[in-house]
Amino acid sequence: MTTETLIWLIPLPPLLAFFLIILLTNRNKTLSHTIALGAVLAAWVGAMVVFVRALGIQELANEPFASAVKWIPTADTWLKVGVLVDPLAAIGLFFVAWTVLMIFVYSVGYHNFGQPPGDHDVPGLPPHGAMIECGGHKHMVPSVEPMYSRFFAFISLFAFGMFTLVISDNLLTLFVGWEIMGLCSYLLIGFWYAKPSARDAGVKAFMTTRVGDVFMLLGIAFVYSATGTLSFHEIFEPQVLHTLASVPTPILGLSAAGLIGLLLFIGTIGKSAQFPLHVWLPDAMEGPTPVSAMIHAATMVSAGVFMVVRIFPLLSLDPRTMAVVGFVGAFTALFAATIAVAQNDIKRVLAYSTISQLGYMIAALGAGAYVAAAFHLVTHAFFKALLFLGSGSVIHGMEHGVLHTGKHTDAQDMFNMGGLRRKMPITYWTFLIGGLALSGFPLVTAGFWSKDEILASTFGGHMAVFVTLAIAAFLTAFYTMRQITLTFLGDPRTDAAAHAQESVWTMTLPLVVLSVFAVGIGWVGIPAHFPGIGGIVPNWFHHFAGSMLGELHEVEFNWIPLATSLVVALGGLLVGWLAYRNVKSPAQDALQIPILKHKWYIDEIYSALLIKPSIWIAETLVYQIMDKGLIDGFLHLFGKGTAAIGSGLRNIIDKPVINGFFGDGTANAVQGVGRNLRPMQTGRIQQYMVVSLLIMLVLAGLAYFMLMKV
Amino acid sequence: MIPLSWFLILSAGLFSIGLFGVLSRKNAIAILLGVELMLNAVNINLVSFWRYGNIADMAGQVFAIIVFAVAAAEVAVGLALVISVYRQRRTVIADDLDMMKW
Repeated sequence: MTTETLIWLIPLPPLLAFFLIILLTNRNKTLSHTIALGAVLAAWVGAMVVFVRALGIQELANEPFASAVKWIPTADTWLKVGVLVDPLAAIGLFFVAWTVLMIFVYSVGYHNFGQPPGDHDVPGLPPHGAMIECGGHKHMVPSVEPMYSRFFAFISLFAFGMFTLVISDNLLTLFVGWEIMGLCSYLLIGFWYAKPSARDAGVKAFMTTRVGDVFMLLGIAFVYSATGTLSFHEIFEPQVLHTLASVPTPILGLSAAGLIGLLLFIGTIGKSAQFPLHVWLPDAMEGPTPVSAMIHAATMVSAGVFMVVRIFPLLSLDPRTMAVVGFVGAFTALFAATIAVAQNDIKRVLAYSTISQLGYMIAALGAGAYVAAAFHLVTHAFFKALLFLGSGSVIHGMEHGVLHTGKHTDAQDMFNMGGLRRKMPITYWTFLIGGLALSGFPLVTAGFWSKDEILASTFGGHMAVFVTLAIAAFLTAFYTMRQITLTFLGDPRTDAAAHAQESVWTMTLPLVVLSVFAVGIGWVGIPAHFPGIGGIVPNWFHHFAGSMLGELHEVEFNWIPLATSLVVALGGLLVGWLAYRNVKSPAQDALQIPILKHKWYIDEIYSALLIKPSIWIAETLVYQIMDKGLIDGFLHLFGKGTAAIGSGLRNIIDKPVINGFFGDGTANAVQGVGRNLRPMQTGRIQQYMVVSLLIMLVLAGLAYFMLMKV
Repeated sequence: MIPLSWFLILSAGLFSIGLFGVLSRKNAIAILLGVELMLNAVNINLVSFWRYGNIADMAGQVFAIIVFAVAAAEVAVGLALVISVYRQRRTVIADDLDMMKW
């Protein structure tokens, strides 16, 4: 089969799985996960085949696999749905396929497949455990998730959306994938829909990303109206780019290219949780951990960065837009890192870490280093998915302990953990590898290579960004080590931690596979100028990804960024370990600063500035004042007026004139006449005769005078 | 000859007296008497116009005789009515016979 056909087929198995599970196999957990896993495995196979074939093509950037079909007719042309596999899409297919497959396998174990149904489990709430008898001895075990099939249906739909986005060849298809993922994110964050916090978090995520999406849609509309096409290939033609760069717009003096880039970038600010639209990501941790890993670490938030890399030729035309991008990225990187050091929930630390690392990528793009950003995108997807899945394994182990002891301990609070390295060794070692990769531990972790490349690219030309990222890197290493120390090292601080257990193989196998990637994937991008080992293996990644924008030269080697990256990474790890070795409770933690714990009060600010006024406008202004007061008031006035006219007409015309005068009046008049004339009839003959005599005399007189005249 | 007007005056006078009797007498029989007078006055009128008009034309005389007959019939019927009323109501006063009133 041709590669183009295969590319079209990649997103389809997960979509089919979604429909099959929803419509047919919802009750059967085994069948549902088999369909889902089979589908994502098929997609993985397809993605790998396409990737390998793409590697074999020389000059893939100039001759990508492309295919498009016409979809919606517009006046003269068509809006198309199409696929494009150039180097960026090939890389995207690779990391998306692997991480998604690993997460699907992990979800089987995470949702406790094979365990008995819980005693008090209701669909909509997380499972609470089942009491089983085992040789006369009763104890609680984790129970299977009641909405198991639904979960797999949703993540299959999500996989469809992400694959569609990665292989799309125009902004429209990309946006379709983008929005499908937004929907799935909402559905999956609010997976346990009976929990109010989960429901609210889902709505918050959708609303916040919607804000970004509106601007992105404006950008797409602007592109279409300026160029008449949405296809990347046609937008990135040199003439089109040149026209866009030279046409000015009335907004802030930006050129058309700059404005489009800015609008599309705002979509990324929402989707990739950059400041100021980052507020949804920490709350999104209400969803099950595989969701956090997939959507909020490896794939959906990466889609924002992926899109920015896609439109990089357009974005790079206007230096002001690039400055905004760089500022937002660097600021977010530092901002999120400062919050992460004060968080106690194991998943929140990772959420802020994700925001911070995405900030790294955005900052790199702002500085023009798109290859470094793409590289970090790939490495980050692997080690962040690894860290999230590892945290899920930790939480599962802790919940085992919670069920065992019967006490209500928060299984996600790091201060309740400790000493887990002995209880959960596989989780410990893989988490350590992921954490070291995140911190940028030299040489043996992927994070080092990608982070080093970002720092090297920003050094020199963008010193403010460089310094900010370096500080953020130090904080990253610091809070990572804090997390590892509190969770795994030392001694258990609660009974739950003392009774933790290692997770099943369906959870630990993905951890191991991802840790292999977290170690090795960096070695495809070793810079040629690196002292010692540079040049032994060619910098394949740079050549492959860098070919998209023509020949891109590698950054010249400089000792300072390398030294900085080593110092901050190792220093941060060391300081973190030293500071938290002996900390037993939050009271001993010096960094529990309120402003950091409360995320710089951004949520409170948004609530006061935006949410409460919006609610006021909706409930009071529009509903009470305008709708009930003005509009209903006007209608009531109108009603009263009409009623007044009606009753007025009745009382003034109908009753007196028509009923009174014409109706009763004539009757009364006639009756009156009759009553008055009646006495004439006395019954006495002689009176009658007198009357008739008088009348006859009158008539005779008249006749005499009339007739005599003649 | 005596002027016609004397007969006419006589007739008119008789008629008036008769009319006055009809209109003012209480007793029903007296009213009938008045009616008789009126009829006879009419007779005088008729005959005088015959005598002083065209004697050859018998119409006047004939008319007078018819009037006589009618008067006689009418009196008979009238008296029969009065007797019948008296039998019912025990009165012959015209003013008491006012049942045909409103």
